[in-house]
Amino acid sequence: MTTAVLDRVRKVPGSRERAGDRLFRLVIAGFAGIILLAAVALAWQLARESAETWRTFGLTFLWTSDWDPVADVFGALPFLYGTAVSSFLALLIAVPLGVGAAVFLTELAPKRLAEVLMFAIELLAAVPSVILGLMGIFLLVPAMRAAGSPYGVGMLTAGLILAFMILPYITTITREVLLTVPRPLKEAMYALGATRWEVVRGVSLPYARPGIVGAVFLSLGRALGETMAVTMVIGNTPQIKASLLEPGYSMAAVIANELAEAASDAHLSALVAIGLTLMAVTIVVNGAARLMLYRLGRAK
Amino acid sequence: MDMMRPMPLPEMKEGPATNDASAAVAISVRDLRAGYGAAPVLKGVNLEIREKTVTAIIGPSGCGKSTLIRCLNRMHEAIPGATCDGEILLGGRNALEIDPVLLRREVGMVFQRPNPFPTMTIAQNVAAGLVLNGVRDRAAIAETVEKSLRRAALWDEVKDKLDAPGVGLSGGQQQRLCIARALAVEPRVLLLDEPCSALDPIATGRIEELLIQIKDQLTVVIVTHNMQQAARVSEYTVFMLMGEMVEYGLTRKMFTQPADKRTEDYITGRFG
Amino acid sequence: MNDALYARRKKVNALMFALTAVCAAVASGTLLAILGYIAWQGASSLSWAFLTNMPKPLGEHGGGIANSIVGSAKVVGLAGLMGIPVGVLAGVYLAEYGRGKYAFAVRYAADVMNGVPSIVVGLFAYALIVHPMKKFSALSGSVALAFIMVPIVLRNTEEFLRLVPGTIREAALALGVPRWKVTLFVILPTAGRGILTGALLALARVAGETAPLIFTAFGNRFADNGWLNPIATLPHTIFTYAISPYEDWHNQAWAAALILMLFVLLINVTARVWLRPSSGAPH
Repeated sequence: MTTAVLDRVRKVPGSRERAGDRLFRLVIAGFAGIILLAAVALAWQLARESAETWRTFGLTFLWTSDWDPVADVFGALPFLYGTAVSSFLALLIAVPLGVGAAVFLTELAPKRLAEVLMFAIELLAAVPSVILGLMGIFLLVPAMRAAGSPYGVGMLTAGLILAFMILPYITTITREVLLTVPRPLKEAMYALGATRWEVVRGVSLPYARPGIVGAVFLSLGRALGETMAVTMVIGNTPQIKASLLEPGYSMAAVIANELAEAASDAHLSALVAIGLTLMAVTIVVNGAARLMLYRLGRAK
Repeated sequence: MDMMRPMPLPEMKEGPATNDASAAVAISVRDLRAGYGAAPVLKGVNLEIREKTVTAIIGPSGCGKSTLIRCLNRMHEAIPGATCDGEILLGGRNALEIDPVLLRREVGMVFQRPNPFPTMTIAQNVAAGLVLNGVRDRAAIAETVEKSLRRAALWDEVKDKLDAPGVGLSGGQQQRLCIARALAVEPRVLLLDEPCSALDPIATGRIEELLIQIKDQLTVVIVTHNMQQAARVSEYTVFMLMGEMVEYGLTRKMFTQPADKRTEDYITGRFG
Repeated sequence: MNDALYARRKKVNALMFALTAVCAAVASGTLLAILGYIAWQGASSLSWAFLTNMPKPLGEHGGGIANSIVGSAKVVGLAGLMGIPVGVLAGVYLAEYGRGKYAFAVRYAADVMNGVPSIVVGLFAYALIVHPMKKFSALSGSVALAFIMVPIVLRNTEEFLRLVPGTIREAALALGVPRWKVTLFVILPTAGRGILTGALLALARVAGETAPLIFTAFGNRFADNGWLNPIATLPHTIFTYAISPYEDWHNQAWAAALILMLFVLLINVTARVWLRPSSGAPH
């Protein structure tokens, strides 16, 4: 009986099986192609929908400050400025905090404690940004006002919220890199009578620097594109003011606020042009981050 | 072409197989050359493996014994950059010219480390070859599972937990499960690539026993680094060195009066 | 004098590590602070009626977020149905055949898509569906979320498939099983747990996305009617309520945030616990 069953198995013609393999490869290559197609279509759609703006304003779109949808005059500089400043502030706050936390979790904390704290930090990355925005509106803004900020909302508030968003990335990646520092390197330094901190400063952090820089770029990519948390606390005013306590605007925020209500094609086109610019910037920043982390991976 | 010329095998001239000169040839290897990229591993091997015997392949590591056995069912090709040339005659066809998928159903293989499918139960592991090849008849599958497990001397130990995961068994049991899995598709040849190297002596003993038992049903080729194992289980032994076959003959003769000085050196432990 | 120097160095050591401890406390404490505050603010407005009732007309007190919950489930569910199969199969392609130029291009595209801000993906869905149809729709929201999911699922799938030991593939090939069957019925299930967990995490991630939905799913205060009309979603409702001037809506925003947070936490914690015993691949 078994033999009969197996005879049937043996009779399956070889050519059909091979055709099956080829078909399978083609089908899944097709699925892989969807992502390729999507990336190309994304860039093409944004370019097409924003063509009018580039034709009308050219690159001056990027360095003029008038944003007047009623008069169909568009200059994106306040948004670029707001995005850059809020992201930079976020890095300024989050990088020392994240690196410090990573040092503590790698070098000092008992393993068990480090695991629990890392869990909490990684979960922070999963908190939806609209919820961070909510915290911002009802907790951080009143706190800023109490601390003397005239509006509560503004660049600094946005920077603070963004800092908490990117903190998990910086901490996690820095910790991963610190964990790869070779023991003998550290032991050599200890043998010279160095304190723990001196080993961290003299050996571990320099060794981890490319990884930390990669983490910084990766976080910058996130911060630049973050929409909700920023929209809810930055003040949404297209202006460039020296004070960080003044309200501002960001590229992502203006798209979120105005696109659904864009009355004219020119307005819509200008918003898409901002989106295209934002995409180009994040691609460059993320590319830099990947390059750093890739080099680090290869050096190992 | 030179490589196509059938070459008389050295030990055949001496007639070592006096007792079974009639034994049919299961696999005939002619001028087999194989390697990885530009690096040659096998430098023209000629070999005739007799049907329903256990043939052991021994030699120091790096001699090409694993590559040789992996060529026999073309698993060698699964490694990127692998090259293979020559002739492997199996039932009148050149194995290197037929569909490898079909070839592997006739030439089964068991690997160094036990590798049961981690997501499957014991029964599913044994039935995997049938089920994945489209057999749906449950009664026939159940029958094959039992038969194969019996042939692999594992049935009594697992008959009450056929639905337990295969990876839950001990190392030795896992390896016998892998043998049962290979036997379930009823191959004509079973290749074993150092099947006991990860096992303890007791588990090794069980596998050696079962190999001796199944050899009257199919041809067994086993690669081993353990000469005692070769002596215990095999009737014929192949000694390989640096990609070449040095000596091939009856096991009991090779271990008592090796014909080649290099074989003698190896089996008496003078190098390697 | 040497002693004085050493004492100073020890002081610096202690000070710096105290500072790093503070950093770690801030970084890990933030989550607790957020969870605690949301629970405190949201619990008072949370009730069975809040979850099962529709929103009240503007100006009337009370009402619930039933439409947002159903809307989120629909939009995220459809996104998963589109995004997960594409991501998994593309991941299989990269893991199994991912050597040539084509695979390099796909991998690069996935990296780019992964880094593109979600609002830009929203713009894409807008240009692709909303603009031509001249109508906000649940479908366009799902498409946007699916585009966000695909690269995440793809890279995760590829990673877990690469963890499957080569010996498993060899064992299956040696049984005379064609390669596509080996891949689909042996390798894929072996990595199944990791792939599934990744898909779940991707779902949780897009369930919290707001930006790409603002001008695709758009929001709707009424019962949903089909895939081609605007639809309410949980994160978008939180956003609209939060920036509204009504106290009542603020309270509802907190309660809705509590629901969303619990959902996201549940999936994240489950995924971790589930992945711990074996990382999807055998040892």
